[in-house]
Amino acid sequence: MENIKLTIDNKIVEVPRGTTIYKAAKKLDIDIPVLCYMDLADLNIEHKPGGCRICVVEVEGRKTLAPSCSTEVSEGMVVKTHSIRVLNARKIVMELILSDHPKDCLVCAKSGNCDLQNLAIKLGIRNIPNQDIAAMSTYRTDFSPSIIRELDKCIMCRRCETMCNEFQTVGALSAVNRGFMSVVAPAFEMDLEDSPCTYCGQCVAVCPTGALTEVDHTNQLIQDLANPAKTVIVQTAPAVRAALGEEFGMEPGTLVTGKMVTALRQLGFKYVFDTDFAADLTIMEEGTELLDRLSRFLKGDKNVKLPILTSCCPGWVNFFEQQFTDLLDVPSTARSPQQMFGAIAKTYFADLIKVKREDLVVVSIMPCLAKKYECQRDEFKVDGNPDVDYSISTRELAHLIKRANMDLNSMPDEDFDKPLGESTGAAVIFGATGGVIEAAVRTAHELYTGKELEKVDFKQLRGMEGIRHAEIDFGGFPLKIGIAHGLGNARKLLDDVRAGKSQFHAIEIMACPGGCIGGGGQPLHHGNMSIIQKRMEAIYKEDLGKPIRQSHKNPYIVKLYEEFLGKPMSEKSHHLLHTHYVDKSKKIIFMK
Amino acid sequence: MSRIKVELRKDQIDKIKEICKSFNNEGGELINVLHKVQGTFGYLPAEVQEAVASELNVPVAKVYGVVTFYSFFTMLPKGKNPISICTGTACYVRGAEKVLEEFKKELKIEVGETTGDGKFSISCLRCVGACGLAPVVMVGDKTYGRVAPEMVKDILGNYKD
Repeated sequence: MENIKLTIDNKIVEVPRGTTIYKAAKKLDIDIPVLCYMDLADLNIEHKPGGCRICVVEVEGRKTLAPSCSTEVSEGMVVKTHSIRVLNARKIVMELILSDHPKDCLVCAKSGNCDLQNLAIKLGIRNIPNQDIAAMSTYRTDFSPSIIRELDKCIMCRRCETMCNEFQTVGALSAVNRGFMSVVAPAFEMDLEDSPCTYCGQCVAVCPTGALTEVDHTNQLIQDLANPAKTVIVQTAPAVRAALGEEFGMEPGTLVTGKMVTALRQLGFKYVFDTDFAADLTIMEEGTELLDRLSRFLKGDKNVKLPILTSCCPGWVNFFEQQFTDLLDVPSTARSPQQMFGAIAKTYFADLIKVKREDLVVVSIMPCLAKKYECQRDEFKVDGNPDVDYSISTRELAHLIKRANMDLNSMPDEDFDKPLGESTGAAVIFGATGGVIEAAVRTAHELYTGKELEKVDFKQLRGMEGIRHAEIDFGGFPLKIGIAHGLGNARKLLDDVRAGKSQFHAIEIMACPGGCIGGGGQPLHHGNMSIIQKRMEAIYKEDLGKPIRQSHKNPYIVKLYEEFLGKPMSEKSHHLLHTHYVDKSKKIIFMK
Repeated sequence: MSRIKVELRKDQIDKIKEICKSFNNEGGELINVLHKVQGTFGYLPAEVQEAVASELNVPVAKVYGVVTFYSFFTMLPKGKNPISICTGTACYVRGAEKVLEEFKKELKIEVGETTGDGKFSISCLRCVGACGLAPVVMVGDKTYGRVAPEMVKDILGNYKD
């Protein structure tokens, strides 16, 4: 491609035609401040609406300032990124944005992690003129089971809209109204709960202000921990240990499993368990279901539904319950690991420690916001008492640890409690795209062929590409596997299934970029995808270090089946570990 | 926003389908489709937007976003006698604002609303090309020029039955 030569801040740079001034400056290590702009290169998403005007620069010969994020370079262009005129303009733009923005930074959930706040600091904003004449934004706040929309704080960057529509293809959010009244909202400004929202939380993950945040369960948790009548136990999802350290200044990809266990114990949890245990359990159930469907298919059963779709991801479950309701009998009926854990904790484990169901509080630490909603589903309650009482995100856990004056950096390493804390390497990789299906293959392969695997790594299933496929030799039978992360990618595979064109036997789907490691409840990556890559490496590192790396070899899982469940897909398993899906499509058309 | 619950009849749904089809059911034609559909139904209630969204395969949220962005589109049915008050520059400087206030006071409705009996609705527009007659008010197809607030009662009186 043809190259263009231009000058930025007296330095000459050469970039391909079509490059924006912002990116050309980046090549020179000149960091132009941005606000609405978002570059998620690995996801093929570059959001550059040019709306906020913070990134303006001066271009010689041009009357007006140019938004550098969306202005392409031209030959011989001379650009100044920090002239007096530019700095003044940025300051005024920022003052105008802040003029109708709430000033409750002291108590805002995003405080300290807010792009708008950081930019105000960077631009040296010390007072906000026009406040007396600017009408403050007064949009109602919308509470859903997972996400809070406080739209007074919306600055119309529309990043959330891009994630919801382009990446996830959920279509719950759009810019509505105009002028001062404009916000990003669902159709007819209905509550998020009534919209097709899947609670994947990717909107929250990219929101630069406090407009979109998670429902905070930390105060409830503190109350429960302080209540002597309650036995409070915790489970931690695999992706949490690969990201929590970032909130304490550690390098992305630092594994903090042992430190996290210590911190949880010091916070006052009676038992610190691992969702990974339930992930091993999931493999037993889901893997058995896969083999069951496969053997029926090979015997010529025409009614068998293939491909089987994984069902661990609650965002993904919400997605197909709303948009692919004709395929409700295709996904595995296995509950997610979070819910399997809850069901076992409040039956098997409650009996073991002789605590009544209603006195046992099961808390989960999740990289996910959809998990908050999943806990509340009626299917996962017994007489109104939920199997998992509530879920808190990785970010919430970090806040809680800091609030308790603890520093994760100086924590010693401790081990999870037994029996629900024992897990294998197969369970750890549930946190990354491709991990669930690799774990399933590690077990299903042995059960199918009756032979022990020499090597349990299936690297052809790993990676960051949005849609991947691989063929695994099952003792002469080629098992065809599809993998997608991001609901937009999932939709492509689903469209094939719907059209009867899918070539796969099994498909793994995770709603978030990179899988749970890129979940909506994780430390904010601010668009830096290399952070997610490093979390993924950490997950596979933990797998490699585990003495047992196949779910069916977890001795506590074996014991659980012997003492309690019988065998996979037994009646008891069906009752406790499987679920059914509900047609929620009417929700989209439903009007209040 | 106040809403009116509408149940679409089959022939109405067919009409929406026909309009969408005439634009090849292309999402990019959303504005043109909405224009045509509003021309047929008089307004764009939620149910109509949902039907359009499903025909064009675009999220309802996006359809609603477009409907609420352009002031031409309305989610409320216009009255039998739609009143349009020009608030363009020429009319504005000659007192259109006061005329508008008088209409709002007489009819007890806001801009964009319709009276309970469905007789009148008020909207504002910008310039009908009769600036010499400013301020200008249109009721249906009839144009009134040099309107003063005192004339409002008489104008409404023309549409008593």
